[in-house]
Amino acid sequence: MTTTVIEASGLELTFQTSDGPVHALKDVNLQIEKGDFVSFIGPSGCGKTTFLRVMAALEQPTGGSITVNGMTPEEARKNRAYGYVFQAAGLYPWRTIAKNIKLPLEIMGYSRADQDARVEAVLKLVDLEGFGGKYPWQLSGGMQQRASIARALAFDADILLMDEPFGALDEIVRDHLNEQLLQLWARTEKTIGFVTHSIPEAVYLSTKIVVMSPRPGRITDVIESPLPKERPLEIRDTPEFIEIAHRVREGLRAGHSYDE
Amino acid sequence: MKSVLAVLTVLAAIVAIWYAACVPMNIKGVLTDLERAGAQVVPEGAVARRDRGAFGLVAKNSFAISATWAQERPRLPAPHQVAVELWQTTVMKKITSKRSLVFHAWVTLSATLMGFAIGTGLGILLAVGIVHSRVMDMSVMPWAIVSQTIPIIALAPMIIVVLYSIGVQGILPKAIISAYLSFFPVVVGMVKGLRSPDAMQIDLLKTYNASPAQGFWKLRLPSSMPYLFASLKIGIASSLVGAIVAELPTGAVAGLGARLLAGSYYGQTIQIWSALFAAAILASVLVGLLGVIQRITLKRMGMA
Repeated sequence: MTTTVIEASGLELTFQTSDGPVHALKDVNLQIEKGDFVSFIGPSGCGKTTFLRVMAALEQPTGGSITVNGMTPEEARKNRAYGYVFQAAGLYPWRTIAKNIKLPLEIMGYSRADQDARVEAVLKLVDLEGFGGKYPWQLSGGMQQRASIARALAFDADILLMDEPFGALDEIVRDHLNEQLLQLWARTEKTIGFVTHSIPEAVYLSTKIVVMSPRPGRITDVIESPLPKERPLEIRDTPEFIEIAHRVREGLRAGHSYDE
Repeated sequence: MKSVLAVLTVLAAIVAIWYAACVPMNIKGVLTDLERAGAQVVPEGAVARRDRGAFGLVAKNSFAISATWAQERPRLPAPHQVAVELWQTTVMKKITSKRSLVFHAWVTLSATLMGFAIGTGLGILLAVGIVHSRVMDMSVMPWAIVSQTIPIIALAPMIIVVLYSIGVQGILPKAIISAYLSFFPVVVGMVKGLRSPDAMQIDLLKTYNASPAQGFWKLRLPSSMPYLFASLKIGIASSLVGAIVAELPTGAVAGLGARLLAGSYYGQTIQIWSALFAAAILASVLVGLLGVIQRITLKRMGMA
């Protein structure tokens, strides 16, 4: 039995700018079930990041409705429904990795002992055991991003929202992190929303791929992936994988005119 | 090693220019003294020399050049005269003596440090208010800027008179003038520093439902540290200037400002210059000390 975690219907968001209104999102309808790994893909300006930010109550929609765990995004935030991972790791340079992971726990008022136990647990989840005492500058970019994922996981949110978390990393590190992210997803059974502009990344990770296109920002295709949950990197060479990737590419092309 | 050589070269050049400048600056006084002592100078008579160019006099009386570096009350004292005076009024005097520069420096330093503490505290408080309240941003910031456009030398006597009339005297009026100069760089630096976290950092805290107070203590304040230290270095130098200026209109009997004033009353240029150097050395020590604290703090914060 599946439960709907995020439900958007008729969602609209229009920014008023000096050049007139910009339709960042228009008539967006989507259901995300518990345990889904949903990727949002599309060219820049298609509203994929805006959509994620609306889920996190970082932006206010101007029309339609959206619920997270059956609540408004603000209420969901107060209930610690989601952890958010940004494109940059954004670790505080003056805090060690462990202290960085404790940041949300301190803010949310967890007890000292609980904080320590949680830091240990999430460091293990992202394969950073033993690095708790290091400062961010002592870690590579990929390790820093893993630490920021650990920080988002520390307070046990059911939903993980990730905005191009690996966008700034090189491809080899990225492959490795993608593999680890899938393992983490399998172990924690979280619902993940993942913004990317890489077709292979979206196809490799997702159970559901949401293809978006700009002006106005809208959903042009939702692809349910038939790939098994267990995905070695080699799966990217199978015909099934290539077929889905092809469909994503077609969806992107249909929604976007490159003549502009 | 190479940089040490370069620094020494610059230093040597400054000293050389200084010695060279002493010659034309002091030549007239030297010739008058020498003539009085019975020496043959060209042209004869102070009146005849009055309208002559200093360089021409030097050329005609080159024997007097060495004397321009050894006058008792020169217009421009030579470097070694200032150095000797500094040595005699610091190391050679008991620090409790009224003639000890260490004593006078301490009097000024205590007002400086008190003013610096007041100014820094006030500056940080104002910056916090300005960053968190739009009304304060619009109402306080312009006044803070205006306050720095008024020459402190004009304002200092008024502050002292007003404070005296309500019974405040001693170190506090000096400290307040010193604070008046030092709060401004702290306000500007801290406003910039407290606003330095980028939108992503602010959003991250929002996703944790952090309160403004938590955002301040956990993100804004630590982020502002590099800016704070840069401001403090400017602030402490301004504090010292403020304390010295505050000593001038009060006819203070102690402090580096009092030394400057007394020196100018009695034409004791060597005393003026040594007081100036004492102030400069004091300022560099204070700024250097803050630099050390800055390095240690930022290093421990992983920000250096």
